[in-house]
Amino acid sequence: MVKRGKRKGKLPPFIFILLIGFLGCTSQKKPSNNKLVVWHWMTDRKDAFRQLAQEYEKETGIKVEFKLFFPPDIYSQKVIAAARAEALPDIFGILGEKKTFASFIKAGHVLDLTSYMKEDNSLWQNKFYPQTLRVVIFEENNAYGIKPGIYGVPIDTTLLNFVYNKSLLRKAGLDPDNYPKTLDEFLDDAKKIKEKLGVDGFVCGWGEGWLLYALATEWAINLMGEDKFLRTIKGNVPYTDRDWVKVFSYFDKLRRLDILAHGIATMTNKEAEDAFSKEKAVFSFNGSWAVNVYKKRNPNLDYAFFPLPRVSDKFPVKIWGGAGSSFMVNGKSANRKEAVKFLKWITSRKQQEFLIRETNNLPSIKGCEENLPPVLKSLISQFDSLTHPDIWPQNEHSQVIEVIDRGLQRIILGIKTPQEVAREIQKTKERIHR
Amino acid sequence: MNSAIKEKGVNFSFILPALFIFSIFWIYPFFYTFILSFQENDLISLPKFVGFNNFRVVLTSSDWWSSMYNGAFITFWALTFQNILAFMLALAVDRVIRLKKFYRVVFFILPVLSEIIIGLLMKQVLASEPVGRDVLNHLLDHLGVGFMVQDWLGHDRVRLTTALVHCWKGFGWAFVILLAGLQSIPEQLYEAARIDGANAWQCFTRVTVPLLMPVITLVVVLTILGTMQAFAMILALTGGAGGLTTVPVMMIYDHLRHNIAGLAATEGLILGVILVTVSFIMFFVSKRIRRKYGVLPN
Repeated sequence: MVKRGKRKGKLPPFIFILLIGFLGCTSQKKPSNNKLVVWHWMTDRKDAFRQLAQEYEKETGIKVEFKLFFPPDIYSQKVIAAARAEALPDIFGILGEKKTFASFIKAGHVLDLTSYMKEDNSLWQNKFYPQTLRVVIFEENNAYGIKPGIYGVPIDTTLLNFVYNKSLLRKAGLDPDNYPKTLDEFLDDAKKIKEKLGVDGFVCGWGEGWLLYALATEWAINLMGEDKFLRTIKGNVPYTDRDWVKVFSYFDKLRRLDILAHGIATMTNKEAEDAFSKEKAVFSFNGSWAVNVYKKRNPNLDYAFFPLPRVSDKFPVKIWGGAGSSFMVNGKSANRKEAVKFLKWITSRKQQEFLIRETNNLPSIKGCEENLPPVLKSLISQFDSLTHPDIWPQNEHSQVIEVIDRGLQRIILGIKTPQEVAREIQKTKERIHR
Repeated sequence: MNSAIKEKGVNFSFILPALFIFSIFWIYPFFYTFILSFQENDLISLPKFVGFNNFRVVLTSSDWWSSMYNGAFITFWALTFQNILAFMLALAVDRVIRLKKFYRVVFFILPVLSEIIIGLLMKQVLASEPVGRDVLNHLLDHLGVGFMVQDWLGHDRVRLTTALVHCWKGFGWAFVILLAGLQSIPEQLYEAARIDGANAWQCFTRVTVPLLMPVITLVVVLTILGTMQAFAMILALTGGAGGLTTVPVMMIYDHLRHNIAGLAATEGLILGVILVTVSFIMFFVSKRIRRKYGVLPN
């Protein structure tokens, strides 16, 4: 038999553990004036950020701790969980649609930076490329119901572009400086090179649907104009419209010509980057971040970017781009002011030039152009053509985008026609809006 | 009276930590999923009550039913090919007692490996360049059976290939459970049957199968539950292949990734209800069979 005295002693430890756990869950972080915590997902910038943090500590005495969480999906979930638990760091990035960004702002997790940006005659704001900054801006009467303002700090700029292997063009007897300007020219070149050299005409990470959606929207804007494109999103033009079917049929054309890399519909972007850098394909569609990737995988790769091959002369070409990675200041952080100071510092010219050198990304601020590698410099001229779902007055419903992505994959696999896919997309759109 | 209450209190305090953990990690998520399915919720801003709208959206979505079909297709292969293979191997190993531990380990290696690893590995084996290394086709070529070379992950074969990879990865589980079941059948029953003049086939159909029926039911239920919830291996192997191998959990994952938590919860709930119903039906059928063979009293 157990003695009562011994039992008495066993109760407190459980309660003690529960109390510790309870207090651990509810305790608030104490304000710290000499340490900032930054969460990010950018593996390629890990070392550069560490060096910048050391530099900042030397200059100001404030320690900056960069915490990397990878892959981006995991990072995204971590940020959402932290927001719910009121445990976000001083500075963090938000991945995802503008709608998600707006939700963070509505919940008070993101500091409105407008007043800081407008200080000294908008000194900080004017440093940025306007095309880059507008991704983190909420305009007057925006669809998300957010107070107009600037809510983030872009630390680089990215854009999606076509890219071609110059050596393969040369080997195939084509002029390496004369890239294809129209879709027909593009298809011709890809076909010729495939026949002559036996390499794939085009490779892309189309297993990741967003790259398909980006290309489809770029061709749609070029074919029907931005106005009609946006009216489709609003629901005033159906996806079964002739122009949309035409856009989907471009993907069918690519398939029929047999220029696509094998397994392209299930390929990840990483696999596509690998294939392009190993010269297994002549053309690709990728972001400006690819410069860093290609450099690491094949430093001798001779390539260049070129804008979207046009499908019409009626409307201008628009390409996806804008802020690549942005940082937001935690609106509930006790170190808000210090966080803003640090972001001002990291977006100043010296630090941006360092980031360009270390990570081969396009800068978010003006004035660093001369330090860019030639392949990136060529992209600056395209900044005026940039567009992005985050700057459209309204974005398509994510379920509709899902059906577009899947539908395009089915066209590429040859199991659906453009007309069938258009009908499926329209049906989904109507079902959601019913 | 006081000391009795006190003693109950003390006793209760011992289960309190377990109850606390169980409530946080099981009971609360279950009810929260239920609540989420009636909301439009991105997990950040204030949720909006939408009644049964999420259920309407999911149940009328052809993509959802297509993912259920894909899940059912893989489950069919797992129930037949995978379990029959596991059963045959278990029967064989049950006799070779000396090497049973070795075989157990060999067959159990695959199920304990990470699904992602298996998916990525098989992608290298099955996919042609530039995605994979086309190992299987090269091997077939070397073996002189070049006519068998296929585009294993092409749109006309990707579903079957995915199902077979799933079976290959999963048969070890069924094997271990069935082997344990076989070894629990007393040898005396076989001896008695043989004395009564039963041949090997009769021993198998009249002794082994009826006595193994609870284990077979368990394996069938676990196969259905496991396969309908399969996800990581398929994601790594095909990424959904334009919906050809998109399974229900992949839909849930995609919606959660896009912060459409209400829809994801609804899909989880619908899938859960279907799986629980199927499990109950399987237990009911198993009971009927066991009664038929006289293993259970009427």
